[in-house]
Amino acid sequence: MHSFAYRLNTLLTFSLLLLAVLCGAASFLDAFNSPLAASSSHVQASAQVLKVNRFRRQLNGADEVGLTFNVSLDVQPLFTWNTKQVFVFLAAEYETPKNALNQISLWDHIILDKDQAKFQTKVTTKYPLIDQGSNLRGRKVDLILHWHVMPKTGRMIRDKLHLSDFHLPEAYT
Amino acid sequence: MDRLETTCFRLGLSSGTTSLARDTTHLGFARVSSLRSAQMDWQGQKGAEIVMQIMLVVFAIAGLGIGYTIGSFPTMMLTYAGGVVLTALITVPNWPFFNRRPLKWLDPSEAERHPKPQVNVAAASKKKAPKHK
Repeated sequence: MHSFAYRLNTLLTFSLLLLAVLCGAASFLDAFNSPLAASSSHVQASAQVLKVNRFRRQLNGADEVGLTFNVSLDVQPLFTWNTKQVFVFLAAEYETPKNALNQISLWDHIILDKDQAKFQTKVTTKYPLIDQGSNLRGRKVDLILHWHVMPKTGRMIRDKLHLSDFHLPEAYT
Repeated sequence: MDRLETTCFRLGLSSGTTSLARDTTHLGFARVSSLRSAQMDWQGQKGAEIVMQIMLVVFAIAGLGIGYTIGSFPTMMLTYAGGVVLTALITVPNWPFFNRRPLKWLDPSEAERHPKPQVNVAAASKKKAPKHK
């Protein structure tokens, strides 16, 4: 500690080390959620399919579906002081003889703020539901809401919630 | 300052002055930053190190506590950054209050009265004695 430069170096490295410890502590405390959380402690959401816009077979033999559905979600409980954004997406899951589980993302949304985290909207599928093959006629499809909570520092939390299911029509429209 | 340096040089000790400080003195730039060329004494260095560590840890904990209870991540970061800057201002420059207990080096006249022991002379005399006999 005998010179200006030596002390400056010590200060900078020690303060960076403490900064890393602070970020780790912020991420760790995140697991217990913010103490000021007022709203309900669980995510609530629902989705209903309003209309099947398009159900056809593509030229390469794959089925393609386009839907319009109603989504209402409340992910406010997920926001803590260490949350940067929440990424939600609605996935259609179904089973075919070829694959035990097919998951296709139909719609996603980025939520930056707690105030924007409670809404309902009527949307069409952002990404079409395209099957690996031609197995969708009359198929039962589950709608599952997935979310990724992206923190300002630390690990990302992933979770999901089963919303509802519906049946695709027997014939192409 | 010169007398201190010559005394240390005679005793074979390094005064801890960096060569940069010596050069700037020769060039006459010592006045520009006496906070760089003046040194902290040993007790001051120890004090500066302890103060630095304690202040940084205290500001880190305070930042975490305030940020967590308020629920604001930027508050934590700003509190900690302010604490780092404050700690840097207090402990890094060579403030005079870190130089209040300097070591008292031996007076040059006193040093000349007690020359450094010559190890070779003793060994040589031991060798010579048996030969003479």
